[in-house]
Amino acid sequence: MSATAESNAATKPPVKATAAASRLWGFGVVALLIILGPVVVYPVLLMKVMCFALFAAGFNLLLGFGGLLSFGHAAYFGIGSYVSAYAAKAWGWPPEAAVTAGTAAGALLGVIFGVVAIRRQGIYFAMITLALAQLIYFVCLQVPFTGGEDGLQSVPRGKLLGLVDLSNDLTLYGVVSVVFFLTLLLVSRIVHSPFGHVLRAIRDNEARAISLGYKTVWYRLAVFVLSTVVCALAGAMKAIVFQLASLTDVHWTTSGEVVLMTLVGGMGTLFGPLVGAAVVVAAEFYLASIGSWVQVIEGGIFVACVLGFRAGIVGTLADFGRRSIAARQGASARAAVN
Amino acid sequence: MGVANRVAALALALAAFTGGPGQAADVKIKVGVLNDRSGIYADLGGEGSVEAARMAVEDFKAADKGIMVDIVSADHQNKPDIGANIARQWYDQDGVDVILDVPTSSVALAVSQITREKNKVFIDSGAGAADITGKQCSPNTILWTYDTYALAKGTAGAMVKNGGKSWFFLTADYVFGHSLQKDAAAIVTAAGGTVVDSVNVPFPATDFSSFLLQAQASHADVVGLANAGGDTVNAIKQASEFGLTQGGQKLAGLLVFISDVNALGLEAAQGLNLTEAFYWDLNDGTREWSKRFAARHGGKMPTMVQAGVYAGLLHYLKAVDALKSKDAAAVLAKMKATPTDDPLFGRGSIRVDGRTLHDMYLFQVKTPSESKGPWDYYKLIQTVPAADAFRPLGEGGCPLVKG
Amino acid sequence: MHSIFGIPTPALFGQLLLGLINGAFYAMLSLGLAVIFGLLNVVNFSHGAFYMLGAFTGWLLLAGLGLGYWWALLLSPLIVGVLGMAVERLLLARLKGLDPLYGLLLTFGLALIIQGVFRNIFGVSGLPYGVPSQLAGARNLGFMILPNYRGWVIGLSLLVCLATWLGIEKTRLGATLRAATENATLTEAFGINVPRLVTLTYGFGTALAALAGVLAAPIYSVNPNMGADLIITVFVVVVIGGMGSILGSIVTGFGLGLAEGLTRLVYPAGSATVVFVIMIVVLLVKPAGLFGRST
Repeated sequence: MSATAESNAATKPPVKATAAASRLWGFGVVALLIILGPVVVYPVLLMKVMCFALFAAGFNLLLGFGGLLSFGHAAYFGIGSYVSAYAAKAWGWPPEAAVTAGTAAGALLGVIFGVVAIRRQGIYFAMITLALAQLIYFVCLQVPFTGGEDGLQSVPRGKLLGLVDLSNDLTLYGVVSVVFFLTLLLVSRIVHSPFGHVLRAIRDNEARAISLGYKTVWYRLAVFVLSTVVCALAGAMKAIVFQLASLTDVHWTTSGEVVLMTLVGGMGTLFGPLVGAAVVVAAEFYLASIGSWVQVIEGGIFVACVLGFRAGIVGTLADFGRRSIAARQGASARAAVN
Repeated sequence: MGVANRVAALALALAAFTGGPGQAADVKIKVGVLNDRSGIYADLGGEGSVEAARMAVEDFKAADKGIMVDIVSADHQNKPDIGANIARQWYDQDGVDVILDVPTSSVALAVSQITREKNKVFIDSGAGAADITGKQCSPNTILWTYDTYALAKGTAGAMVKNGGKSWFFLTADYVFGHSLQKDAAAIVTAAGGTVVDSVNVPFPATDFSSFLLQAQASHADVVGLANAGGDTVNAIKQASEFGLTQGGQKLAGLLVFISDVNALGLEAAQGLNLTEAFYWDLNDGTREWSKRFAARHGGKMPTMVQAGVYAGLLHYLKAVDALKSKDAAAVLAKMKATPTDDPLFGRGSIRVDGRTLHDMYLFQVKTPSESKGPWDYYKLIQTVPAADAFRPLGEGGCPLVKG
Repeated sequence: MHSIFGIPTPALFGQLLLGLINGAFYAMLSLGLAVIFGLLNVVNFSHGAFYMLGAFTGWLLLAGLGLGYWWALLLSPLIVGVLGMAVERLLLARLKGLDPLYGLLLTFGLALIIQGVFRNIFGVSGLPYGVPSQLAGARNLGFMILPNYRGWVIGLSLLVCLATWLGIEKTRLGATLRAATENATLTEAFGINVPRLVTLTYGFGTALAALAGVLAAPIYSVNPNMGADLIITVFVVVVIGGMGSILGSIVTGFGLGLAEGLTRLVYPAGSATVVFVIMIVVLLVKPAGLFGRST
């Protein structure tokens, strides 16, 4: 999308070193927040933020770097959540196996739906993914293993590798933080790999990428599946943290929420989805007492972001940062001339 | 959260400060009303449940008895993870002692589990999954108002007895719809009726016409609606369009509330049979309370869920007052040992599995000409006595029931 | 009694007719979407909200002014259409030149706002709205009992769809519209006020949605979520038919209604998912949709 194209065009070669440095800073800040967070904020809420931040990060992989807006990512989040909850509850699998199973199920679904959905792009892609996700919603509603409206409740948190008891909130917090941080590093690695660069080239000008000999369809499918894997992982962890999986996870409102998170935080930026997830989750939580207006507020944020704040929080900050760096460089250059 | 309620709490605290000389050590209680304030059940519970809770505190004159009650409230948006998150935070950080209402079974089951883990008290009025006092029962959870079994029992049992021998079910095609149908079908058969056929309707559905056509073709005496909320409203509206009841068939809602009837209007809902635990126009006690409630709540008469929040909190406060303590285990034991008695549900008791026993009522929705004014919706067909209204203790599969 | 696939013929005809009636709603809604998309290149996610607004305007006219169904049928599309034009002028017009996905996001946010506000004011249980007395009752068609109102729905919607199609294909205004869709700059060069055309088109599309809402009010529950549930199915119709094709959206709308009706009879549990399965098959075989031009 155009706004991200601008901001990314600016990140290219000239400021490459500063971009890497600011990324390092970003990871440092995230690590610091993870460590200090539980002192100030309720740890369960922070775990929720992390799960949704991963969800948004996975979604952003597709939107921000692949240029494809999916309106049905709740399907992968939800399948991850259901499968891992079921594995942990009905089969008594340990958490690491359950989460792996959930992630794998999401990947499988991602491959199947990816093949169908990437046949169209742009708005069609958005509508097709929405419809496919709705199909999954209906299936989850009808098949017995999901527990229908009640969902899967009382999912055991279990013991990690048979050793670490996760029933303690802080222990679980540690585990979730590690998974979160590692996945984030992985996403960053993907984005800045040659693969990621090809993706952006396709996003910005597909015809040129084809003429350079890239099989764009495969790249698009690959990023779609990668994105669903990260989202399914987020869903699978959410099931263990909250000990439940429910229809909310696969509902289209969840798909809308992840779009909102990414939009608010700044699409096409690495840390934007994190910030966006924190903002939206916090808003939902702290505004719970005014309940019925939450959706109106979310809608308002949507409209406001689209009309006047398309770069999102992180995107705007980054632009600001770049501009001030450029200004400083300009000033020193002038000073040198003088 | 619940900023507005702080004011009420402050007023209560003030009242206690000025008006209660010679009181023993005060008990401070924090009550959390957790329900749907924006979604499909907002009219059933919502802000009205909070109002009912406030009325319980005032009517009990809690402050005079040295019990300081602070009421907080939140919207779980019918999402179990949001509900669970709020419940955890309330118990862990905000010092909430008892959670009330909680419609939507998925959220209620999650809150029930957390309440047990944290050893607090959960008095459920809004959700009706019979599992809450069945397989997933908890010593810390009380299910006050209704459950799906009791609704099926009231409607199906009484209607078969009154001549509705053959049944056709329109079933919402998911676990909840199927369990609703299963319960009702068992009761129909046990009472000597037959189930002619049933059709699984995808959920959620807006158009029921083709299914109603199948129901009409079955010539069953009764068409049972094993669905809820918007689906039920749509089904009833279209049943009236297709002249189902004019054709001699009866329509039975297995999960319909007065808020749904209000939404339908009598023109469409007339003749519908349904079971509720409470109706504002039952007796002097319910009328007196309901009129006070309506005066405070924009003229809307209370639903049974709101009435259940009131009665449940009242019973809880009585136990706290008797013990002068809010220790969860002791209060729960006291609540279950003491017979329940309030103007809304009459006399009753709480079973070991958490089920509150009280009378249930089979109503028929009035025709527009029978109704004398707003909210005059029901005529009483039959009272189902407390002893027969609910699932027998041994059949729920609750592990707390010994032997 | 004759039967096809083991289903008695009368029952089959009955179900197909009911399916066609549902298809009428799909057709009217997807028609509006297609008209809007053709000129604005915007997928109007708030279409469901405008449909809901149409029904609620009908109810408000009745409850507030005592104006009955027939007035609602006339006034409600007008009121909502004007509202739609305001939305286009004040909000959508600002997105000109941006990626069309922003239009989707904006209208999605708008739908959340409209639905949320109505939920706060009117609750979610729904509001009563009766069938007009002239259309009450039902008649026996031999193979089924058809409520008069449903007959009216299918008649009127066929008429509206036909009129819209003719209007776009055969009139001068329609020709201008098509020209603007093909090449807005060139059309503007001929002295045609394209921005005004865009506003009017959006207004017309939302008015169609509102008309469908009024038609739905007496038979479906009038509640703030009534459009949200429908919009996804309508999107599917549009994807199958091919975006922007007027005829495609009409034919697909009625066709999917039929397919759904048939599924309800043969395998009721699958009737919610059948449209999605059809969509997947169509996408695999003909990615541009049945009536779409490949892009």
